[in-house]
Formats: sequence, structure tokens, C-alpha cells
Amino acid sequence: MSVDLGCVIGGVPSINPFWLASAPPTDKKTNVERAFRAGWGGAVWKTVSQDPPVINVASRYGAHKLDGRVIGINNNELISDRPLDVNLREIEECRREWPDRVIIGSLMAVPEEGAWKELAIKLANAGCQGIELNLGCPHGMCERGMGSAIGQVPDLVEKTTRWVRDAVDLSVFTKLTPNITNILVPADAARRGGAHAVSLINTINSVISVDLDAMAPRPTVGRTGTHGGYCGSAVKPIALNMVAEIARDAELAGLEISAIGGIMDWRDAAEFIALGASGVQVCTAAMLYGFRIVDDMLDGLGRFMREHGYRNIADLRGRAVRNVVDWNQLDMNFDTKAFIDDALCIECGRCYIACEDTAHQAIRIDPRADGGRKFTVVDDACVGCNLCQHVCPVLDCITMRPVDNGLPPLAWPDHPENPMRLQPAMSAA
Amino acid sequence: MSAIKHLALADGGPPPGAAELAANFGDLHAPLSRAQAAIEADACLYCYDAPCVRACPTAIDIPRFIHQISTGNLEGSAHTILSANIMGGTCARACPTEVLCEGVCVVNRTKGAPVKIGLLQRFAVDHLMETARAHPFARAPRTGRRLAVAGAGPAGLSFAHRAAMLGHDVRVLEARPRAGGLNEYGLAAYKMADDFAAREVEFLLGIGGITIEHGIAVGRDVTLEQLAAEHDAVFVGIGLGRAARAAVPGEALAGVDDAIAFIAALRQAADKASVPIGSRVVVIGGGNTAIDAAVQARCLGAASVTLVYRRGPEQMSATMWEQDLARMNGVAMRFWSQPVAFEGEGAVTHVTLAETALIDGRLVPTGRTDRVACDQVLLAVGQQMDALPGGPRIDAGKLWIDGRYQTSLPGIFAGGDAVAGPDLTVQAVEDGKRAAHAVDRWLKERAA
Repeated sequence: MSVDLGCVIGGVPSINPFWLASAPPTDKKTNVERAFRAGWGGAVWKTVSQDPPVINVASRYGAHKLDGRVIGINNNELISDRPLDVNLREIEECRREWPDRVIIGSLMAVPEEGAWKELAIKLANAGCQGIELNLGCPHGMCERGMGSAIGQVPDLVEKTTRWVRDAVDLSVFTKLTPNITNILVPADAARRGGAHAVSLINTINSVISVDLDAMAPRPTVGRTGTHGGYCGSAVKPIALNMVAEIARDAELAGLEISAIGGIMDWRDAAEFIALGASGVQVCTAAMLYGFRIVDDMLDGLGRFMREHGYRNIADLRGRAVRNVVDWNQLDMNFDTKAFIDDALCIECGRCYIACEDTAHQAIRIDPRADGGRKFTVVDDACVGCNLCQHVCPVLDCITMRPVDNGLPPLAWPDHPENPMRLQPAMSAA
Repeated sequence: MSAIKHLALADGGPPPGAAELAANFGDLHAPLSRAQAAIEADACLYCYDAPCVRACPTAIDIPRFIHQISTGNLEGSAHTILSANIMGGTCARACPTEVLCEGVCVVNRTKGAPVKIGLLQRFAVDHLMETARAHPFARAPRTGRRLAVAGAGPAGLSFAHRAAMLGHDVRVLEARPRAGGLNEYGLAAYKMADDFAAREVEFLLGIGGITIEHGIAVGRDVTLEQLAAEHDAVFVGIGLGRAARAAVPGEALAGVDDAIAFIAALRQAADKASVPIGSRVVVIGGGNTAIDAAVQARCLGAASVTLVYRRGPEQMSATMWEQDLARMNGVAMRFWSQPVAFEGEGAVTHVTLAETALIDGRLVPTGRTDRVACDQVLLAVGQQMDALPGGPRIDAGKLWIDGRYQTSLPGIFAGGDAVAGPDLTVQAVEDGKRAAHAVDRWLKERAA
């Protein structure tokens, strides 16, 4: 079976679902060309605004590390600090030289209709196939009334989206900020404004760490620091939830999703697509490893789809959405127990101490004849929480095994112990 | 083994020059850099009730000290190590980790190699010794008790440090001109590079309350009885000072030397080139001393070194790792052979070796013999305790002690190689530490 990675994202055809997000990697033609040469399907150009260009500071990035690896980056960088006409000229050149790739123009401005329309038209004339509204930047620009200052006000999300829709005959992507309480509110505002798609998530407001010598947040600019936008694999779970919430909302059906947030490899991309995204945007993975990481994103996704019988992205898209439910719909009669494979166990004791100290005292240690320790799950005490499986350092050593208890599915609304349950006898009467 | 240096010497070539000798006797392992230590520390799984801790005679909380390296708390890491083992620096260099902590590390089972616990321990302790402005341990209020220690080796010094911490004043009597015992005189030079044993003694004495008097051998210059009369308690940590002989004809020939004396001379020589070495050396023995002597004979420039052991490689008390080290350094290993005669006119020129075999569990000669030319023989066939006239009860050649480290004489305690148990630095340190607590309890009980 041949697999087609080609797709249509918010009405824009793309040779594959992997775009670079509007960020430092898409600031210049040099970078974007290198990305296209590496195989990226598209690039959302770094956000432009009206001249004069902004001025950035040094230093700009902070990193959150675990075991020596970066799991998250935050930044205080603003939008493109190059003159508008330089960006437009380079977009035009890329458009001409890379006709099979997608270029989306990203823009931001103060909430004045003229400013938005003028910039959108300029980007359209430069050859962009779509316009993305940057309503998410959580640092710096918001202090000037742009970025998340607009994205946090549903009225302004709707208005700016409509201004761009009215100005140009291109696909419109409204990029949402996660720094709100309910993502459905701005998503619905974007829908009302006429967006073809929402792009999410933008970065999360964060202080990445504190320099304990300087007593200032990192990245430290001289003696002080500021909050910045957080991205990278650490934010992926937050992004997945927000994407899923939009994908399963009936009122938002038809609003496409360009997913962003900690996509490091093909598996992450497949997860977002399964939750309803039409395509994905990547930044941090490229910043950490270079554009070459798209190799395995393409190869791995293609092999996964072939193996599982998905012919194209549209076929894979949204497959997991119907299985995302409210807690109230979970089956309370489902049971599963941890099982420790003795042959694989290295006797580190991590499962034991995690369960003993912080969970349900459901792992027993028995001495072995050879002086070692045998770890066994006590089924009666195990609640099937998975903690031991997560802390186990050995692949497949601890597995969760569903218990066949013969009970029918039962959700909380129907549970006999639910005081709010509808009484069958009363409803019959 | 990959991190181990190789000898800068060529067989049959000219004797090694100063630069080659310096390289040959330099650090066996390169110490970890801060970056390497961070990576290595991240490999630790932070086991619960970890096998490595149970395998360590001093029960250092290894997952904790490695976690402290990960968090950048290097001083705290060293404190964790040293509070269990004040000679954590020597043990990090000289312990047979391959049969202790690293041998049982669970990461062996996932990666095929253990977390480098020894090198991490060295990293943390070296950091503290290089940077600490003050000794990391404080003494308890002074008890007014005066304790005597026979022998400034690992057991005696460990005892002295812990006893000083508990508030006692300690007087250590040492026969040799330098303190440290086998750390100073007995371990291979490349394991204790840069005068580490002496630096560690100085660090340990930093707690205060300890004096060392050199040139006094207990049993020769002062009796245990005298010491006991003049002090509140005595700890005997005299180790095994006398090299055993092979009981083979020709042992008195020039060139038939004790391996332990050879190593001591080498360790004390400011210029290693001044230590006499044969060109064809035969080492007799199967322990780590035999390996240390054989490898160092090669380091000095011996063209051929043959290690002769009466049984097979599995029976050697030297670990497989030590045996590999010897092989890698060009030591020929000759198993199932024992010397039956050293021959020569005044000086040894040949050794006759008899082949042995295990028959019905007994080692017997097969009748085949071989005559090997040599100009130096180093005997590493074990050590024995020096006599202690009027001393406490001896059991199987070692001092008998009860479960509280007390000998058959009240108020006289003992530990280290002079008592039964594994002859390891780390065991001696543990004995000294526990004996100090035992003496402290004994003194309190008597006062009550």
C-alpha cells in the first residue's frame, strides 16, 4: 500500500503535514531555504508588523532540562526585527524559487482595522498562500497591545480575524494563545470571525528558572529578567488537550486545526493528527537539532501509516477524537492490574518505593534464594494507577493487564453510589 | 578497561626514562570531568534499598551521593560519602568495585556495564578535598577520655577520626615514618597517584584531637599492657606487618624479595628509577598484591614479568578485572604452577616450577617441572600479623574479637586486617568506625 503524506491544511494544499511555525527558524530566507531543502512542507514566516521594526534584547532563551536534555525552552524574543520590505522581498523570492512549498505570512498589529488589512494585503501580494494572525505572543508585544493582549479578548479575536478575511482572498489561520482559561472561547471567536483554521498553541507564559547567583529570572538581561513564552516537549500535553477540546466540540466542527506544541517526532505529529489536526507546526525540535529532524518525521509517519492501513493524512485525521470523553463517561467497572515480568526485572526497587510511599502499598518484596529481591504486585491492593509502570526504567517490564470481571460498562451518572443519579424507579413513575 | 592507560614501554628496549616512568606510575584512571560526572550521575537509577549500598562494607548511601552530584550539591555528596567512610577517597581509587558496588549495580542488567560508582565517588571527594575551607565534621563536646591506637593504617585512622568526632582525644602510635598504612606503603602507585594517601591523612586529621607518634611499634617499643594502663581504651589496628615466606629452598638468595617490601620501596622512592628491578621477574602469588607487584615491575621496565599461581584464574583472590589489568600490561600469567626451588650462585638465576592439579579437591603436583630463568623473584604469598607479646587471644593467626570489637583483654579493641574478615581497605575503615562507636558505648557503660 502506498501512503500519501500530501494534505490540505485550512484549505492550503501541502506536500506533507510538517510546517515550521512562525518563530526564529523562519526569520530569514536563508533559514527557510535550508528548511525547504531539508524537506519541510511549509513555513509560517516569522511574524511581521508595521515599521519601524522592533528591537530585540540579549539574552533571549532559557532552557528547562532533565537528565541533560532540553525538555522546554522559553524566550523573550519579539517578532521579526527586520524591516517589513526586506521580509516581503524574501518571501517573494522563496515563493518563486520553491513553488511546491507553503509559505504562510504571520502578522500582528494593534487592534486597528487599517493596520491589519494593509499588512495582510502586503503579505498576500508577496505570494503567501495564507495569513496567520499572531494573537498569542505572551511577552513584550502584549505590553504594546498586541499578541496575547488581543488573543485574550474574544471580541478582538473575532474582529481581527474578520478584518483579515475581508482584506484578502486567502486561507486565514488564527493563532491562539493558551494563556486563557477555556480554549473554546477564543476558538469560537475565531470561527465567528471567519477563520479557516486555528493554529495552537502559542507559547505558555513562564519563568523558566531563577539564576540563584544573580537572583534574577533566566534568561537574564543584564541584572533582570522577564517572563517569556514556553515551548518544547514539556508543553505537548497542554497542547494536545486544547486541540482535543476544539476537535470534539460540535459547534466548532468545520474549524480546522494547525497543531503546535512540543512536536518532536513523527509520533507526536501522529497524535495531534489523530486528535483532529490537519497538519502540524514545529519549532523547538528544529531549534534543538536542526532542520534535518524532518527526515524521520516523514519516514516514521509514512511507515506508521502504512503499517496501520492509513492511506493518507485525511484518513488518519481525527481517529482518536471520538474516544476523548468527559470523565463522567468513563467506565467505572473497567479494571486493570500491574504485572511485573520477573525475567526482565533488574531489582532497582523503584516501583516498590513509589507504590509504598505515594500510592497503595500494592507491591511486595520477597527474598530470593540467590540473595536478590523478588517484586510482586498484590492484586487486591493494586488500583491500576500505572505509577509503577511509569517509574520502571526497564522497557516492558511492568505491564498493565485488564481484569475480566464480567461487569457491564458503568459510568458515574448511573453509578449506584452517585447521590445525583437519576432514580430508575422515579423516572419510570 | 578502555579508560585505563597503557604502559609507555617497549619489550627489550632501553629502560624507561623519567617521562615514561611518570606516565607509567600516573593515575590508572583519568578522573571524571564535571561534564562526565554529570552524564554518569544521570545513569544512576536511584534504586530503593540499593544493591550497591548492601555490597559496600561501609554502606555508603550511593544513590543519595550520586543524586547529590546530579543536583550540583557536590559538597553534600562528599559529606554523604565521608560520613559513612572517612577514607572514601582511597576506597574510590583502590576498592575492587567490580566485586562490590559496581558488581551488583542493576544498570549492568540494562546496559551491560555499571554506573561508574568509584569514579563518581572520587569526583565528589576530590572536589571537597580541593575546595573545602574547613574540615566537614565537627567534634562532640570533649569527654576527657584519652584513647590509644596501635597502627596508623586505615583501621586505626578511621577509628581515630570517629573517636575524635565522638569527643575523645586520640593518640596514635605508628612504627613507620609515615601514616596511612597500606594506603601509603602497600597499594600500587598508579592507584594512589599524587601522594593521595598523605593528603587524605592530612585531611582526616583536620578534625582535631588526634596526635600521631611515629617510630613506636606496639609490642616492640611499648606493650599493650602499658598502653591500656595509660589510656581509657586501646584500639589495635596493626594489620598484617610480616610477609609470609614460601618455604622453598633458595629463598635466602639475593633477588628473592617480598613483593610487599618491593611495593613499599617503590611507593616511597622519590625517583622511581632508583628502585632496583630485574629484567626477567617472576612473581609468586594470587592476590591483588601479586598483581600490583607484577604490573609495577613492568612499569619500572622489566622486560618480562611472569605471575605464577598454584591454582587457576577462578581461584585467584585478585579479581578478574585485576587479572585483565595485568595481562593488558604485558604480564604473563602462569597458572597451576608452584615454585619448588630458587637457584643461583648467591643471586637467583632460575626458579623451578612444579605443575599442579586439583585431584579430589586436593592440590597435588603432577610430577612435571619446568626451569625458568629469572633475575628477580617477588613473593606475594600472603602476610601475617606481627607478634604481640603478652597480647590478647589469637585465633587462626588473627586477633579474636567479640561482637563489639573487644579482644580477650578488657578495654583492648581491634579491627582491620589484624582481625578475621576480608583484607580490604574499605573493611578496615568500617571496622575502625564501628569499633569507635563500640568503645564509646563501653566507656559510657563503665561510667554508669
